Amino acid sequence: MCCAPRSRRVLVLGIGNILWADEGFGVRAVEEFHRRFACPENVTVMDGGTQGLYLVPHVAAADALVVFDAVDYGLDPGSLMLVHDDEVPKFAGIRKMSLHQTGFQEVLSAAQLLGSGPKSLLLIGCQPLDLEDWGGPLTPPVRAQIEPTLAAACAALRQWGIAPAPRAAPLAVGEGLLGHSTDHDAYERRPAATGI
Amino acid sequence: MTVVTTPNGFKLDNSGRRVVVDPVTRIEGHLRLEVNVDDKNVIRNAVSTGTMFRGLEIILRGRDPRDAWAFTQRICGVCTGVHAITSVRTVEDALGIAIPDNANIIRNLMHATLYAQDHLVHFYHLHALDWVDVVSALSADAKKTSRLAQAVSSWPLSSPGYFRDLQTRLKKFVESGQLGPFKNGYWGHPAYKLPPEANLMAVAHYLEALDFQKDIVKIQTVFGGKNPHPDWIVGGVPSAINVDGSGAVGAINMERLNLVGKIIDDTIAFIDQVYIPDLLAVASFYKDWANWGGGLSSMNVLAYGDFPDIANDYTNKSLLLPRGAIVGGNLKEVQEVDLKDPGQIQEFVSHSWYHYPDDQKGLHPFNGITEPNFALGPNTKGTKTDIKAIDEGAKYSWLKAPRFKGQAMEVGPLARWVVGYALGREDIKEPVDAVLKKLNVPVTALFSTLGRTAARGLECQWAAHRMKHFYNKLIANIKNGNLSTANVAKWEPSTWPNEAKGAGFCEAPRGALGHWIKIKDTKIDSYQIVVPTTWNGSPRDPAGNIGAFEAALLDTPMADPEKPLEILRTIHSFDPCLACSTHVISPDGREMAAVKVR
Repeated sequence: MCCAPRSRRVLVLGIGNILWADEGFGVRAVEEFHRRFACPENVTVMDGGTQGLYLVPHVAAADALVVFDAVDYGLDPGSLMLVHDDEVPKFAGIRKMSLHQTGFQEVLSAAQLLGSGPKSLLLIGCQPLDLEDWGGPLTPPVRAQIEPTLAAACAALRQWGIAPAPRAAPLAVGEGLLGHSTDHDAYERRPAATGI
Repeated sequence: MTVVTTPNGFKLDNSGRRVVVDPVTRIEGHLRLEVNVDDKNVIRNAVSTGTMFRGLEIILRGRDPRDAWAFTQRICGVCTGVHAITSVRTVEDALGIAIPDNANIIRNLMHATLYAQDHLVHFYHLHALDWVDVVSALSADAKKTSRLAQAVSSWPLSSPGYFRDLQTRLKKFVESGQLGPFKNGYWGHPAYKLPPEANLMAVAHYLEALDFQKDIVKIQTVFGGKNPHPDWIVGGVPSAINVDGSGAVGAINMERLNLVGKIIDDTIAFIDQVYIPDLLAVASFYKDWANWGGGLSSMNVLAYGDFPDIANDYTNKSLLLPRGAIVGGNLKEVQEVDLKDPGQIQEFVSHSWYHYPDDQKGLHPFNGITEPNFALGPNTKGTKTDIKAIDEGAKYSWLKAPRFKGQAMEVGPLARWVVGYALGREDIKEPVDAVLKKLNVPVTALFSTLGRTAARGLECQWAAHRMKHFYNKLIANIKNGNLSTANVAKWEPSTWPNEAKGAGFCEAPRGALGHWIKIKDTKIDSYQIVVPTTWNGSPRDPAGNIGAFEAALLDTPMADPEKPLEILRTIHSFDPCLACSTHVISPDGREMAAVKVR
């Protein structure tokens, strides 16, 4: 798995729904990764949202995949768990990875059915505390895991021969993956959070 | 209740055995269905329960109206584009913003692309498995499959070797025990009628359709800047046209336009040569499904219309998919629809877990209230956390009950095509008549599960050909030097009135979608959304009218209530999407649909 040629196509993917509190973990993690690190051209950094089967072409095109998601492992809230390669679909099979009917397991197996899909996989999953706070932010224990998540993602990428370069300064609002007030900070400042 | 007749003419009998399907699989979001079957296993009562709670409106209050599209497109992974387009139209309506011709064309092109992709994905990846037995495909003869494929279409991927390779891949996949997208299937169910060869052909096209997505999404990327989650803007479209530009991020240049043109041709070819022949081939084995699943479709259908061919003209003179309502089966009179008329569209909550000042009265979305009020009726069987049978005499769903002039309506491709047919639109009438003739079924066959599935296929083909129409219009404009893509005259909030309200619409692939906004002091004061699945999956209203799902399930015979394939066929034919109509209250980890017969 290590020392693969640099031309391999790598996808760094965050999935989940930012409108459902901790369900947004994956998207917020990839948003922060993109804000803080620049990657070589063969790496795609993607906010996958809850696109389900629509993600298949992107996943099928990747040789290696890092995916961030809120996963219900039945652990303490905020527990981070790293799952590798063949274990990923197996793990995803225990519980639904997303609240959507099309779990990420289906996306992976659909890519596999097409005869493609990543050979190297890393799932960085965080145990959510609250999925029911409609319009709510990430809870503190989950938010605290974003930093360790980025470190784990960088370590995996380096193992695959890719060096994410820390940006001199994090990207400004408007240059990030999520715009139009859906970026993490603007979303948090919504009047509903402070006023109600 | 044992036997009642509803005001909209359906006989309900809940005395027989109760069958519970929870959750219904291969849909977005969470839907529970309960039916009563008689001693011959024919469905005599149906109860549709959206088991989540929604409250998007709360998130939007106090925000910048120009950002609303970005939030609404996050509601659901399937409907991103449709909420975005509806939201920008809503704000434009409120503020009186006219968009340039190019913006209208590009929006139509993106929307038609979404239709083509969404209908394809729905047919092959969500609905086909109700008709196609994947396991049976393993026993197909590759040579015979090749002959079958070549008899129904000129599509080049049809050699015996191609099908043999595919079968080997499928076999390996199934043997690995990871059924993936094929789990939750009732393989071997007696209601599957296709020969193994037709099953293998359909599975091959299932995979081709999956693969084809990677091309079709590039159109959204060209015009929306990225995929997933393309960009939108109030007043037009975000990407500038710069025909001579090379590689500038987000600009529409000649190289990208050529790419779009090629993908459009490929999309038309795939739908003409794969989807439509498959649809006809599969339908020919399931003509009995022209008898069931019609529900409201022969009586009450509603379409807001879409694809304005003239920018800013949202009347039927301009709308390529027309607007209108048919009530009481009177196809001679297509009624006008006005989203802002307080007497037309109203939502009721007498059977929904919400509280209104008066639960017996409906509210127009401008005055909509979303105040949860969960309580189970006295005849509920089981407990709050383990409901064995819901009490449909009381509140029983997280969906509200939208009504048009008090009537329950069906929305979606079939509704749109019935409205178009009734209005005598040739581009709708002609393909419908051709399919009816080809399948040798009467026009009444339209009002059925089969008709609904066929309408979606014809609409997919219609949309693919319209992609070409819009593309040609865009190229003609560019050649004439018309490059404007956005009207920013009212971009600055200082140009807005203190108070404004507006309504926006779109025909999402799965049906009529409406947004309603009130703006106060440049911020969103209220925002209401009525989505297609709320119309189709609605519970009863104070008068006792049943919604489209409930009506469509009635009188369907089931081969085996333990394996409710027939229920899935009819419900999937609506392409339900509950992610935005509802919100998860208690996520559960179950993978298989639980079916309980009592």
